[in-house]
Amino acid sequence: MTSIQGAEAGAEAGQGSRRDVAVVAFAQTVHRRSTDRLSEVELVLPVLQDVLKQTGLTTDRIGFTCSGSSDYLAGRAFSFTMALDGVGAWPPISESHVEMDGAWALYEAWVKLRTGQADTALVYSYGKSSPGSVRDVLTRQLDPYTLAPLWPDAIALAALQTQAAIDAGLTDERALAATAVRSRRAAEANPHAQLRGSADVGELLEQPYEVRPLRRHDCPPVSDGAVAVILAVGDTARALHPRPAWIRGIDHRIEAHQPGVRDLTDSPSTRLAAARAGAFDAPVDTAELHAPFSVQELILRRALGLSDATEVNPSGGALAANPVMAAGLIRIGEAAARIHRGESRRALAHATSGPCLQQNLVAVLEGEQS
Amino acid sequence: MSRATGQEPVAVVGIGQTKHVAARQDVSIAGLVREAAVRALEDAELTWADIDAVVIGKAPDFFEGVMMPELYLADALGAVGKPMLRVHTAGSVGGSTALVAANLVAARVHGTVLTVAFEKQSESNAMWGLSLPVPFQAPLTAGAGGFFAPHVRAYMRRTGAPDHIGSLVAFKDRRNALKNPYAHLHEKDLTLEKVRAAPMLWDPIRYSETCPSSDGACAMVLTGVQGAARAPRRPAWMHGGAMRSEPTIFAGKDYVSPQAGRDCAADTYHQAGVVDPRRQIDVVEMYVPFSWYEPMWLENLGFADQGEGWKLVEAEVTEMDGDLPVNPSGGVLSSNPIGASGMIRFAEAALQVRGAAGEHQIDGARLALGHAYGGGAQFFSMWLVGSERPDS
Repeated sequence: MTSIQGAEAGAEAGQGSRRDVAVVAFAQTVHRRSTDRLSEVELVLPVLQDVLKQTGLTTDRIGFTCSGSSDYLAGRAFSFTMALDGVGAWPPISESHVEMDGAWALYEAWVKLRTGQADTALVYSYGKSSPGSVRDVLTRQLDPYTLAPLWPDAIALAALQTQAAIDAGLTDERALAATAVRSRRAAEANPHAQLRGSADVGELLEQPYEVRPLRRHDCPPVSDGAVAVILAVGDTARALHPRPAWIRGIDHRIEAHQPGVRDLTDSPSTRLAAARAGAFDAPVDTAELHAPFSVQELILRRALGLSDATEVNPSGGALAANPVMAAGLIRIGEAAARIHRGESRRALAHATSGPCLQQNLVAVLEGEQS
Repeated sequence: MSRATGQEPVAVVGIGQTKHVAARQDVSIAGLVREAAVRALEDAELTWADIDAVVIGKAPDFFEGVMMPELYLADALGAVGKPMLRVHTAGSVGGSTALVAANLVAARVHGTVLTVAFEKQSESNAMWGLSLPVPFQAPLTAGAGGFFAPHVRAYMRRTGAPDHIGSLVAFKDRRNALKNPYAHLHEKDLTLEKVRAAPMLWDPIRYSETCPSSDGACAMVLTGVQGAARAPRRPAWMHGGAMRSEPTIFAGKDYVSPQAGRDCAADTYHQAGVVDPRRQIDVVEMYVPFSWYEPMWLENLGFADQGEGWKLVEAEVTEMDGDLPVNPSGGVLSSNPIGASGMIRFAEAALQVRGAAGEHQIDGARLALGHAYGGGAQFFSMWLVGSERPDS
């Protein structure tokens, strides 16, 4: 009975103690340049089935469902309503949707679990970037009166950000190429990544500019893909996974919209979100950063004060696969999976939205304290 | 009370909305949302610095042609340096957005949250924006009315409701709107005869029985016990809230009285300890974009037995002076900035229990239901707000 679920969950909430929430399952598609034979439902369905199978849960035993997607990728209003068919929302489910990256859907679900209204949550997101020109589509998320009419595309804005970082003496084209090489070589171990492996730095620097100072290797691939995660609280999480990835803190912050009023070489919203999430309380051994452009990894590393002791983007990151609206949630899933496998004790996951890292989310995940 | 224990009680301490009109050509999108937000802050006697987070909702981005407009609206809504969430659950989004904001307070993640919903429909043509192809059906749907008209007809056949019920609802809501200064339609010379003489748009729905297309925004300030204690005016307290969804289309779907709506109401009532909604709830702000949805939702929400909803309408029970007033604000039939319409229902319910609804105040309203739905009658969000704290 869904109607009494709140009351049941509430029994566990009491005690005045905070409800600990963990990631207990994660699945993602093999991300591809194009999936033109798959609808959004067909893209999402396998990853939903995967996380349910991992936990042995069924849709009617999930307390809350939340998804993230964008109508502008689908080119159709209410595109998420059809994706709901993939969930099998019958009998009716407690459900919500954000027009944001799935990382923020996870945040909404985390809040829901913290209230005590549910004990488990299914979170998913998807992006089919291939039907349109995603670099042009993204210009539509700029200020519609002063910026969007100029059609500055996503790569042009990232080029401005990169040039600002170079001018500030923070990096150079060779260092950025090294980031791209490291990311794509790390992705060789990730069967879901789209770009796996890379030529060496010298060879990359001989390639022509895409938009100066960016070369193709500094930019993310255009990707179609989907991701799903299951969250659970307390003992429910322990029953669903032998090594739950506990969300010790999660926070997100937004900056001013106009790139001209921001210092594009810094990410104060990431730093603030990280502080609020407790990221600076202890070192992290792993960081999955949502940095679609090579320079953004550097900016995020600096904002987060990461040392060389932290392994950054062992999955390959967004430079290896960038399904828009899913790439942020994938970072949380990848960080959680490292904890699930016992490869990390304390990991940081980051997601971004908007032009030039305008909005950022940071989550800190830990394995069980022994 | 059956709300999950340990939650912070949620209070509505500030409410603001714009005067809803066909086209706000004097303001940008940012200007529109800021106007509602500033009014909500003024009502709560708070400043931007008092707000910990912003939760914004709207219907499809294509209605204004701006992808994820919250990114551009961060500055106008004082969100810079703060968390900002953007909700989209189709027509129910205004209600869902308020519930997401309420959960931030209930979970004690934040102390005081600003929630805003808007639509500036003059930027595009909403009717064609809503004309989506239905799988396995001939592409004959023009506007939401084209989708819903067959379900209204099904209701009439199922219940034997006489043809004139829809006109009674439309006439009531449009007259109620005359008492609401924010309502879009103020049809002072409207008569029941004029309602019935209007052209048929989607049989059995006449032009006079459909919602307008509006530019408008609504905002609320939500806070916990401490914030409510500092509030200059009486707060509305949240007693229950829920969302439910079901697929758009499947064999066995009951479009007339969707299960998701019934489940959503049952959950909301259970949290608030309501066992007899008709007797215990004083006033309802219901999402009625086409007049016939009032009797349909009266049944779906448990205010009337199956097949009996239209009889309450005919007996004038849902009039302003009836024993279950529905949409004293004039409802969606009088103002419909789609993304904001659900939040306006939630906010109007809160105004009633705060005793702050002005000319359309229902005397002695202590418990009020705000209701919203969207998609193919598949997404539901509701809240019950009361004049007293739920744990008192």
